[in-house]
Amino acid sequence: MSFKSYCFKKSLWLFHFGGASCNNCDIEILDCLTPKYDVERFGMVLVGSVRHADVLLVNGSINKKDKPRLLEIYEQASKPVVVVAIGACGCTGGIFAEGNTFAGPVDKIIPVDAYIPGCPPKPEAILAGIVKLLGKI
Amino acid sequence: MGTYLFYFLIYPGFLFAAVIGAFLSWFDRKITAGVQFRKGPPLLQPFYDFFKLLLVKETILPARGAKGLFLAAPIFAVFGATMAGVFILLPLMNITTGFQGDLIVIFYLLTIPSLSYVMGALASGNPLAAVGGSREMKLIMSYELTFLLVMAGVIIKSGQSINLYQIIQVQQAGTPFIGSLSGVLLFIVAIFCLQAKLAMVPFDMPEAETEICGGIFIEYSGTPYAMIKLSKYMSLFILPAFIVAILMKGFTLEGINILWAVLKLVAVVLLLTLIRNTNPRVKIKQAIRFFFIWMNLLAVIAIVLAIFGL
Ligand code: SF4
Repeated sequence: MSFKSYCFKKSLWLFHFGGASCNNCDIEILDCLTPKYDVERFGMVLVGSVRHADVLLVNGSINKKDKPRLLEIYEQASKPVVVVAIGACGCTGGIFAEGNTFAGPVDKIIPVDAYIPGCPPKPEAILAGIVKLLGKI
Repeated sequence: MGTYLFYFLIYPGFLFAAVIGAFLSWFDRKITAGVQFRKGPPLLQPFYDFFKLLLVKETILPARGAKGLFLAAPIFAVFGATMAGVFILLPLMNITTGFQGDLIVIFYLLTIPSLSYVMGALASGNPLAAVGGSREMKLIMSYELTFLLVMAGVIIKSGQSINLYQIIQVQQAGTPFIGSLSGVLLFIVAIFCLQAKLAMVPFDMPEAETEICGGIFIEYSGTPYAMIKLSKYMSLFILPAFIVAILMKGFTLEGINILWAVLKLVAVVLLLTLIRNTNPRVKIKQAIRFFFIWMNLLAVIAIVLAIFGL
């Protein structure tokens, strides 16, 4: 493994995009930052600006209003950026998949590198997904 | 010429300050994690962050903004931090004796990083960065006078010397300045100035992640952001080192005293970290009032006490 990808793997900064979710996945993502799970062990921190982000965490169903915003956010991120779809809504659309305003699951809009299913996924599942992702990069 | 380049680039300038600063930044994050009952990042985390930003990430330039200034500002910041570091550390590490009036030069050089952040933020053309930039400017205006008063107090205590080396010598011959009442007051004021200079939590409104998404640094990515991180690491080393020099007797680098020097530095950083972890962010208006009224008052009292030799 080269030095570059090692550094990248060791310092992933997260940016959280919440689509039209039921707000439960957002809370589970925040759980990962709490003392019990503490993702800063892996060098991950939550950043405020997408320009600094290495991982885009997308959760919730993407509706017609969210779609242009998600695209915009993705284009504004400095590459390489890894996209993780969280929750049943992020992966497939979940219970919102047949709604009027639904505009396709995340992977129809931007390329997704990892899927973490669950409604909502447990923090353990999110961590497991991230560890698998670390192996993949 | 060769020695000066060595001083500037390797020891005690750029490389040395950056490496020590990175370790101190890890220490800061680890203590923060400890306060919050977390485990915290690994030891080399600041280096991973820096090299990731430097080597891996793409640099994005703002479409509507002054691109040249946007890119130049981080370089100014690193340059200012390095120059200030050289002038502080040469007398502090007992390498050269500095020159007459270097305290004033250091004072101005220490302002350069913050000023260049403001320049970069305003050059980026982002409204949130402009908000952050204006806050940072107000913050600079409020703490700069206080910091000057601290230096005035130190100058009076050292018997009208404006040479950093002489100030350290005076303390090493007698007692450190912090051992007196006025010294303690000056130390308290200086710690709060440092907190504002480093933009740590009670005074981090220029960055305010939850409010204006990173503020002054919102548009930075890739290499320029790595430069900004570097200047932050260096500031985290040179500013506490400066306080150690002007108030806490400086360093003596022989035998067991090295441990003592490290402990002094770490203690100052620890104090900054604990303040940052136990306080909420204040509004810019409150910060200005805090510095203009309370801290200036405290500094003036300290100066008066110093004149009477307390
Ligand atoms: S996956 Fe389930 S918990 Fe998560 S946002 Fe969708 S409905 Fe809510």
